[in-house]
Amino acid sequence: MLAPITTGHYLVLSAALLLIGAVGILMRRNVVVIMMSIELILNAVNINLVAFDKYLHKLNGQIFAIFVITVAVAEAAVGLGILIALFRNKETVLVDEIDLLKW
Amino acid sequence: MLETVFFYAFAALTLAGAILTVTMRSAVHCAIALISSLAGVAGLYLLQHAEFLFAVQIVLYIGGVMVLFLFVIMLVNLDAAARERQFHRHWLAALACLAGTGALVALFLTRGAESFKLGAPAAEAAPGAGNIETLSMLLFREYLVPFELASLLLLVAIVGGVMMAKKRI
Repeated sequence: MLAPITTGHYLVLSAALLLIGAVGILMRRNVVVIMMSIELILNAVNINLVAFDKYLHKLNGQIFAIFVITVAVAEAAVGLGILIALFRNKETVLVDEIDLLKW
Repeated sequence: MLETVFFYAFAALTLAGAILTVTMRSAVHCAIALISSLAGVAGLYLLQHAEFLFAVQIVLYIGGVMVLFLFVIMLVNLDAAARERQFHRHWLAALACLAGTGALVALFLTRGAESFKLGAPAAEAAPGAGNIETLSMLLFREYLVPFELASLLLLVAIVGGVMMAKKRI
């Protein structure tokens, strides 16, 4: 028989998702994929919040998750606008070719 | 029993989608993989009785943010980028992340639920109002100021997004 699901299962899943997102941010060169990795990390945080919510029988964590989603949406909108402006000026989406501030 | 099966199914969907998001070459394929990953997270919300977050995840993330991503992928010509090398050479950092994940999963698999020392679970709340009703009471009473601040943040994001994407500022 399969063991019942505990809070720990959700915590491990969320940690794995966060680390996959961190690998994406560190390794990829494409800005669009880096932004998708940021979304993955924010989702990992939300899983954690909801899991602890279920454990404590409260709903404050879900409110926090709603705010996290709000901030993620605002970040995606502004970030993609910046990306369009960047592509118009530099004609590239690879992060290591965008090195104007590099000494 | 059924909950366990569904948990593993959604967890597999989430993790497989996340891994494909990070490894696929074409940005469109990455976006499709990310959609499956977000759908898996939505299923996990439903498993934990967070029905409102489930709906928000589907409508906002899969319906809103991912469509925005796909629009930008269409606007920005990514064909040239897809032919380039896709990864940096930060192997050490990535290996550290993967080792961390592996160690955590291995610890959890060997020691089971006891690997997290959580306090005693809280007493079950009295069954009453549903998820959305309780959530809205909390959101519009205790968290009213953050709620209004979030609307201000969204306004700034709207203006900022339009300004950034405009041809001539």
